[in-house]
Amino acid sequence: MSADISQDIWDRARRYQSVLVGHGASITDADVLQPADTLLDLYGEDIRARTFTTQDPLRGEQMLRPDFTVPIVQQHMEFGAEPARYTYLGKVFRKQEAHETRPTEFVQVGFEVFDGKDVAAADAEVFATFADILADVPVAPMTGDIGILRAAVIGLKTSERRRAALMRHLWRPRRFRALLDRFGSVTPIPAARAALLSNANAMANLPVVLGLRSESEIALRIEALQDDAAIGPISSFERDLLASLLKVRETAPNALALLRDIAVDLPSISAAIDGLNMRLDAMAKRGIDVDALPFEAAYGRTSMEYYDGFVFGFSSNASLNIPPVATGGRYDALTVILGGGTGVPAVGGVIRPDLVALVEAAQ
Amino acid sequence: MTLKLGIPSKGRLMEKTFDWFAARGVTLRKSGSEREYAGAVDGINGIELVLLSAGEVPRELDSGRIQLGVTGSDLVREKLSLWDQRVVEVSKMGFGGADLVIAVPQSWIDVDSLDDLDAVAAAFRAHHGFRLRIATKYHRLTREFLREYGVADYQLVDSQGATEGTIRNETAEAVADITSTGETLRANGLKILPDGMIHASQATLFRARRRNWTQAQRDTFKFLETKLNY
Repeated sequence: MSADISQDIWDRARRYQSVLVGHGASITDADVLQPADTLLDLYGEDIRARTFTTQDPLRGEQMLRPDFTVPIVQQHMEFGAEPARYTYLGKVFRKQEAHETRPTEFVQVGFEVFDGKDVAAADAEVFATFADILADVPVAPMTGDIGILRAAVIGLKTSERRRAALMRHLWRPRRFRALLDRFGSVTPIPAARAALLSNANAMANLPVVLGLRSESEIALRIEALQDDAAIGPISSFERDLLASLLKVRETAPNALALLRDIAVDLPSISAAIDGLNMRLDAMAKRGIDVDALPFEAAYGRTSMEYYDGFVFGFSSNASLNIPPVATGGRYDALTVILGGGTGVPAVGGVIRPDLVALVEAAQ
Repeated sequence: MTLKLGIPSKGRLMEKTFDWFAARGVTLRKSGSEREYAGAVDGINGIELVLLSAGEVPRELDSGRIQLGVTGSDLVREKLSLWDQRVVEVSKMGFGGADLVIAVPQSWIDVDSLDDLDAVAAAFRAHHGFRLRIATKYHRLTREFLREYGVADYQLVDSQGATEGTIRNETAEAVADITSTGETLRANGLKILPDGMIHASQATLFRARRRNWTQAQRDTFKFLETKLNY
């Protein structure tokens, strides 16, 4: 990258950060090298395809920070007090195995709000702040709410175990679909599984147990499989409801009306829909044109693993073929994991000055 | 400029490669003593033989230091990201067959599929406090395969040899390993998951991207192709 383009990107980044400081955010920072364990435990092995790994002789495996959110949350959980607003600015590092032309390091400016007093207002504050920074840039917003999807899964009339399995794969649409088909008895039971289930004495002829997974763990799973075989399928009615929920893609007021219709038969999502309603009110108060705001129920489902509520992004015209210039959302559950059991309501977002510059140059 | 053809420097793979080319009218041989890694080519002009380890062939093709190379299709997929944009398969050679598969202990009578493996991984993590370990030498292939199927809560542990023994030694719970008949896996108390076939590998002749080739190299390759397809 040429020196003046680089200079322009850092200048933009500092401008954005000064806006965030104006909104009451205090400046914070994070180490470039992060312990790999934490990130691997959070994201699983897949993160190795996206993150640079290096080795420290004393500290073990380290990763070049793929984002700031995890270390900022850790700092806050250890030292911070609510309410708190943070901003940070710096490079993040991503392997681009499938996109050779995309940069492997780029500048991010972030805004994170730890404030549980009024969740809807905090969501609206973060969204409106990025909307304000991007006011003169030709990008379009998109919003979603993973919380509604979660509430729908929680409300399914089935076993706790099946709900947990679906929840675990909420972010992997293909796997989610396969599980739903199995729990809905759409997929037939494989012959080997049927044979195991019909064998009342399966554990009696167990081959020699090898490795750390013990005989009792195997017995427990077989018991669980037998319990599971005894309960009825998730009804096609409920599966259709989930499918129509995932298809909702409308302006916010229309989406709200559609979701309310679905909630008649799936009452577990009512509270989350009320939350969406309150968020839209809070956004309107901040001057966002909510009547024109797009909402997509499945938005953020494949790429934003740690978000569990409100999600948003600002994207340029598809012809540019670049990622959204700004993204964000609510990640209460992440704070619980990183806080060792106690969490705080948290919402935030990041903006990429390099992509904003690209969008403006293409104008 | 000659075309450099890289082939495995020892063992059955080298012998079979010699046979394969010989059957097509191209004679490859080691020059000098048995221990020297130099070679010669008869029956076609403009090709230079380079003997090297099968594992180095993908990298050398990618860097353009050799233009043609014989190696396992598994190694190319493992070592080169976006491999099919970097090298081209000229011909599958019909030997050196080996399957990269996922195998688990035979005692896991509750596991017959990737679906089960995923469920067991979740339970294992909850019970033991760490992610289920899969030992392998093929990190990229295994990771991409498991991501495609949506298997979560596992970790890959590196194993450069005797991978089938890692479970008995309690350094892994499952393996992603190369096998031709499955006999070694079975003898070690393991079974292959029916839907756990990651890649069916065989010795393959690859060529590098042609962007920087000279006209002489292109002509030589064209002539070689007519011999290979005769």
